[in-house]
Amino acid sequence: MKSLLKYREIWLLAGILVLIGLISTRFPGFADPANLRQVFNDTAILMILALGQMVVILTRSIDLSMASNLCFTGMVVAMLNAAHPAIPIPVLIVIALAVGLVLGAINGLLVWRLNIPSIVVTLGTLTIYRGATFVLSGGAWVNADRMSADFINFQRVAFLGIPVLSWIALLVIALFFLAMTRTAIGRSIYAIGVNPTASVYAGIDVGRTKFVVFCISGMVSGLAGYLWISRYVIASVEVANGYELNIIAACVIGGISIAGGIGSVGGAVLGSLFLGIISNALPVINISPFWQMAISGGAIILAVVLNARGERRQGRIILRKAEAA
Amino acid sequence: MSDTPAPRHIPDRLDKPLTSAIFSWEALLVAVAVVIFVVNSFASPYFLDPWSLSDLTFNFTEKGLIALAMALLIISGEIDLSVAAIVALASTMMGMAVQAGAGTPVLVAIGIVVGLGCGAFNGLLVTRLGLPSIVVTIGTMSLFRGIAFIILGDQAYKGYPESFAFFGQGYVWWAFSFELTLFLVAALIYWFVLHRTSFGRRVFAIGNNPVACQFSGVRVDRIKFILFCLTGLMSGVASVLITSRLGSTRPSIAQGYELEAITMVVLGGVSILGGAGSILGVVLAAFIMGLVTFGLGLLNVPGIVMSIFIGLLLIIVIALPIVWRRLREGRFA
Repeated sequence: MKSLLKYREIWLLAGILVLIGLISTRFPGFADPANLRQVFNDTAILMILALGQMVVILTRSIDLSMASNLCFTGMVVAMLNAAHPAIPIPVLIVIALAVGLVLGAINGLLVWRLNIPSIVVTLGTLTIYRGATFVLSGGAWVNADRMSADFINFQRVAFLGIPVLSWIALLVIALFFLAMTRTAIGRSIYAIGVNPTASVYAGIDVGRTKFVVFCISGMVSGLAGYLWISRYVIASVEVANGYELNIIAACVIGGISIAGGIGSVGGAVLGSLFLGIISNALPVINISPFWQMAISGGAIILAVVLNARGERRQGRIILRKAEAA
Repeated sequence: MSDTPAPRHIPDRLDKPLTSAIFSWEALLVAVAVVIFVVNSFASPYFLDPWSLSDLTFNFTEKGLIALAMALLIISGEIDLSVAAIVALASTMMGMAVQAGAGTPVLVAIGIVVGLGCGAFNGLLVTRLGLPSIVVTIGTMSLFRGIAFIILGDQAYKGYPESFAFFGQGYVWWAFSFELTLFLVAALIYWFVLHRTSFGRRVFAIGNNPVACQFSGVRVDRIKFILFCLTGLMSGVASVLITSRLGSTRPSIAQGYELEAITMVVLGGVSILGGAGSILGVVLAAFIMGLVTFGLGLLNVPGIVMSIFIGLLLIIVIALPIVWRRLREGRFA
């Protein structure tokens, strides 16, 4: 199984390299290291979000509220910054993480304590959190001129030639990689996705682990909230509207199985990069950006078809039914 | 090795004593609807007017039509997130036909056929290739709306013929709009199909245990395929209505309808895990969502704040019976 997983990511990596090659034939500068760094930086927020969504999907759940959480948390930090420009950025980031965590914990509690399917819970909180953003801001925007220079520039500062935003993404990727492969909670997350019943017998608290994954996806959304607002320098109710599906798309393209238990940090990162490369490449090779949606839709379907071949293992369906009985 | 279980009598239909009717999901929804109705009529003097109430129905008829088919699909254990994108694509195709000089009957046919085709495409991917519907339809959602964006970009189609406006703006009789009448007729048909035919029983059976159904000779894949086609068809019909009502097509038309239609279905008591639900519940949920949106609208509450109420309503209505049951059993938390 491990070799199978590796095989899948290598496939995706090869696909991305072919894609870069194809784009380079029409726009030679695309494969330039400086440009690729730029693409990575543009994709950083999506990667961070996709990793949060990944841990949720691995436990057979889904978090549709991430983009709304991002919007709400982004508004909170933007308004804080506008009202009290003296608050240092690291403190704002901690606040963003905390606000995101609280919103994620609400999802998690409803899933854990009341056993409501996660798709229903997060469908509800998707509209609630975005609505709450409106109530909080009174429908007003926070523009660039109301944000402090630090707030906007923090992520743009280059450190060793790479902007802080990319460093944050790399740090998050490293943390997720360590957590998923080297810690008990990471292994429990996989175990729950593969077989919840067996996980209970193995002493894993399935409900509490689900609570934890929603806390993680919430925190990650909060972090992304600050990064998004300071990158696009506008906070409004419309921020990241509908983005939850892009996040899921990145996960699906990255080979993370919606049925749970299958997927890796590398997959989520590569899936995000794939989408990031497409959105970066279309303008430079003179294809209307209106093509982007259809292309990513096609890529999702193709990815699902390809992934389904690897997933169709014998025995899996029997286990799933036994659990339902 | 094990005792042979005694042969169990399985009734065709479970007895329904009065108490279970009182504590049923539908009764809860009726209660919620009555409360909202009464609160609304006290809150606004304009509410209790037949024409106001008729206007109210425009809030949910289009999504409600989609929700009817979506209910069957969710009961069978599948889901379709691409419905709003189908509406957009069908509307775009109708817009193209208008530019080519098509008349009203052709437009309606195009809307419905495009919807049906999209639904069949989803159905083929899910049943032929055995893919999970939630991911397939996230993909086709981007694909269908993406095609609409490729065709239209930031433009809009206008110039629909005057006779075409009837579907979204016309009235059949008194305050009964064409949309409302169509919704009620469709609800009756779907109620009959789901609750009174063997096809409907099979839909429930598939949702409860597709493997057992397969072994019992139910053509699981074919029924699922039909359900996807129906959902596409209803999206096509909804597309005709909304295009006719707005009189123009933009690629962003009906954005977010998929989540509202699913909210209706779940609020209507259909289990998101499949196997349970009723059309009556979905119709009630559609009315409740319409009442909430319209009532708050009369009070000048902005749309985005209304969505908080819809979201809260969804979670509270789902959570209430669970909390109540646990309180009664004395094992909460």
